[in-house]
Amino acid sequence: MPTESASATAPGTAAPRPPRDRPEAPRLSALGWARWAWRILTSMRTALILLFLLAVGAIPGSMLPQRGVSVEQVRNYFLEHPDLAPWLDRFYLFDVYSSPWYAAIYLLLFVSLTGCVLPRAAAHYRAMRARPPRTPRNLERMPYSATFTTAAPPERVVEAARALLRRHRIDTAEEPGGARALAAETGYLRETGNVLFHLALLALLIALGAGSFLGYRGNMLVVEGDGFANTLTSYDAFFPGTAVDEGDLQPFSFTVEEFQASFIEEGDLSGQAAAFSADLSYRAAPDAPEQRHHLAVNHPLSVDGAQVYLLGHGYAPEFRVTNAEGDVVFDQPVPFIAREETAFTSDGVIKVPDAGEEQLGFTAVFLPSAAEGSDGELVSTFPDPRNPVVTLTGYQGDLGMDDGRSQSVYQLYTDDMRELGESPELSPGDTWELPDGAGTVTFTGYRDYISMQVNSDPSRVPALAAAATAVLGLLATLFVRPRRAWVRARPSEDGRTVVEVAGLSKTENAALTAEFHRFATSLRDRLRETPATDTGTKE
Amino acid sequence: MEHTLAAETAVDTNLAAVSDSLIIAMIVAYAIALFLFAVEAAYGRRRRLRANRLMPAGAAAARGAAEPAAVGAAGSAGAAGSGAAPGTGGMADLDAEDDMRVRMRREEPEPSAAQHVVGRIALVVTALGLLLNAGQIATRGMAADRWPWGNMFEFVVAICLCSVAAFLYAAIRYQARFLGTFVLLPVLVLLGIAARWLYSEAGPVIPALHSYWIAIHVSAAIIATGGFMVAGAGAIAYLMARRTEIRRAAGERVSGVAAKLPDSELLDRVSHRFIVLAFPLWTFAIIAGAVWADEAWGRFWGWDPKEVWSFITWVAYAAYLHARATAGWRGSKATWIGLIGFGCLLFNFFAVNYLFSGLHSYA
Repeated sequence: MPTESASATAPGTAAPRPPRDRPEAPRLSALGWARWAWRILTSMRTALILLFLLAVGAIPGSMLPQRGVSVEQVRNYFLEHPDLAPWLDRFYLFDVYSSPWYAAIYLLLFVSLTGCVLPRAAAHYRAMRARPPRTPRNLERMPYSATFTTAAPPERVVEAARALLRRHRIDTAEEPGGARALAAETGYLRETGNVLFHLALLALLIALGAGSFLGYRGNMLVVEGDGFANTLTSYDAFFPGTAVDEGDLQPFSFTVEEFQASFIEEGDLSGQAAAFSADLSYRAAPDAPEQRHHLAVNHPLSVDGAQVYLLGHGYAPEFRVTNAEGDVVFDQPVPFIAREETAFTSDGVIKVPDAGEEQLGFTAVFLPSAAEGSDGELVSTFPDPRNPVVTLTGYQGDLGMDDGRSQSVYQLYTDDMRELGESPELSPGDTWELPDGAGTVTFTGYRDYISMQVNSDPSRVPALAAAATAVLGLLATLFVRPRRAWVRARPSEDGRTVVEVAGLSKTENAALTAEFHRFATSLRDRLRETPATDTGTKE
Repeated sequence: MEHTLAAETAVDTNLAAVSDSLIIAMIVAYAIALFLFAVEAAYGRRRRLRANRLMPAGAAAARGAAEPAAVGAAGSAGAAGSGAAPGTGGMADLDAEDDMRVRMRREEPEPSAAQHVVGRIALVVTALGLLLNAGQIATRGMAADRWPWGNMFEFVVAICLCSVAAFLYAAIRYQARFLGTFVLLPVLVLLGIAARWLYSEAGPVIPALHSYWIAIHVSAAIIATGGFMVAGAGAIAYLMARRTEIRRAAGERVSGVAAKLPDSELLDRVSHRFIVLAFPLWTFAIIAGAVWADEAWGRFWGWDPKEVWSFITWVAYAAYLHARATAGWRGSKATWIGLIGFGCLLFNFFAVNYLFSGLHSYA
């Protein structure tokens, strides 16, 4: 905590020093050790070292892929560095921010900060209630002092000083020999801000911890026109907090009514989405009234303590598949993943498990604006669907879905399948007759889908409140200048009054000397204006 | 389903061209100012500075510097040229009638800096450069019809604007004109890098940046960076001046620009002052970023590389503030911690965008 007087030992922990260098008492009681450890842990230096470690420990997390951010990237890292990656994993370097060693730093810092701040807060509370310190005997020892004489009596000097020292806490005293003393102090807000700032940091740490305990996050794709209900099975990926179970999911549901996108057509940024959004109709609970929301990037839907976000969009081409007997065995949109965002060339997989004796599978490429590239290859030139084309590669055999292992919907496992061949370029409505009479595939059209995220984090608002409080505390700590001023007025033999003024700044600040001097001169000027009431030789 | 072509792609090419030519104009203005400041630093004569918030009042008041200094200096507050004596712990009769005597426990060294008439011209040229800089940013924003910080080039230009503005504030408010060379040199290097390698045409930005938070979060970060830049310039000047003082104390003769620097104590104060001003803004920028991230990305803190490094920068500057308030750490040690913070800031700004993949990628 930034204060001149802050020593390495926090106040309030002034336990007697454990005996040292005494050969007859080498053993320290358990309590003594505990005290010693506590004092070390709660010293400001330890708190600073821990804060520093928290920062240094965060560095590897910014350089290596993290599972919490992208499992995919971590998997790729393992493939690229097969020797190094397992070793890094042993040190939790792919889960830095949830690793035991990072948690250790975090918890030690929490304890250290608590031990540092609470005694400071108590001491400050007492200081706020205490009176300003008595006027010292020798004011000339202060960093700033001034002496002058005036015709006004001591009582009037103190009165005038009191009027000038607005917003100070003031104590006056009568001293022997008819002298009057005044002690003033101001700027308590600095230490208040200091304590507030550190308490707010503690609250922020608590809020972050509570969030990872009570919150959850889930990702999913929803095709335009389809609905979503907030249950575990509706998610493609779900990351619950430690204390979250299925019953805790809020019972909201929504339908994606319409999706809109606009794309930049010219210049360097051609193909980049200028904006995209979706209209939702939603219910906070099954029996709640239906409401509408315009979902866009930067404009999430808040429902029942959860936030629904629009992350991205893509195409879901629709296919109808018939088997060898001519029965329709598949008829639905299939979300494709965009390879890149400037022309939305998208890849997807169609799995038809119920095709009859043998299962069917297809890998497919969707080109929203197909055109012939320079080397004769078909490429997409724009993300808008100007000339949508699909090309398929067909497989027949066993999809491998029945052995209980979970499969990615974006990957076709062709180990037990044989290739049927490649389709011609299909435009909407076109049908590909599969070789060997295995059936047909019709590219019936396409729809948009949106990728979404649902977040429920009860600590968002408390965390924001703590952070805002920290800023306010910080401002007070950095900009309030605590200072003390003293005035002593004593009658002298010649009938005039000798006035001593002194000032002490608790922070370094060249301007305060100037301020004390201004106070001294204004006090003198004010007293000079005072009409003489006694027989003194007035100017 | 509704797909449309963006209407706002229309970039006003005339304005964009004006904006581009203003880049050259402002680089030229800053370069001239830098040259003039360098002349002042090398050939100026050391002269006393008026007292102000960062500079000790006693000495200035002593000489009866009665004209009201910009900051309301001490001496001028007294009615009739009252003030303190220049000598150490000295006393002086100030007002015959009231016998006012002032005593100060510690007489601070008199602040002085190399000054030359070209310094004033340099200040005017810098102000002109600042206007051109602001004009460049405004025209670019109007040309693309959006808030004009959406890519690296625009950030660098905006940071230069804020650095120069912070420097002018220091020069006017704290008479810290002596920092001119130290601020304009990195500003010109940054502008050179921006114009040569980072330049991109005025145009629209990705949807995630379509938010009023860009005005809040990015502006706060940029202004704070400008303040940290002046603080960093002051820190480097401090280290140079400190070395000069140590060599002088050892009996060596020091010449050149280093010999003409102001007192190291004063440089330390200027540097500290700007960190004190920039640190709360940086804190606010991080919080505003968290609020925006909560709105745009669905979490307020996700350990994105940019977030991690802004946190590291924050910790480094927090450590600086603690160190400077701790006995035994003030001076060079604390200054080095502050410079480490500045290094983290620059790393966060440049390296994080190019080395790591994260959500803050707009290069």
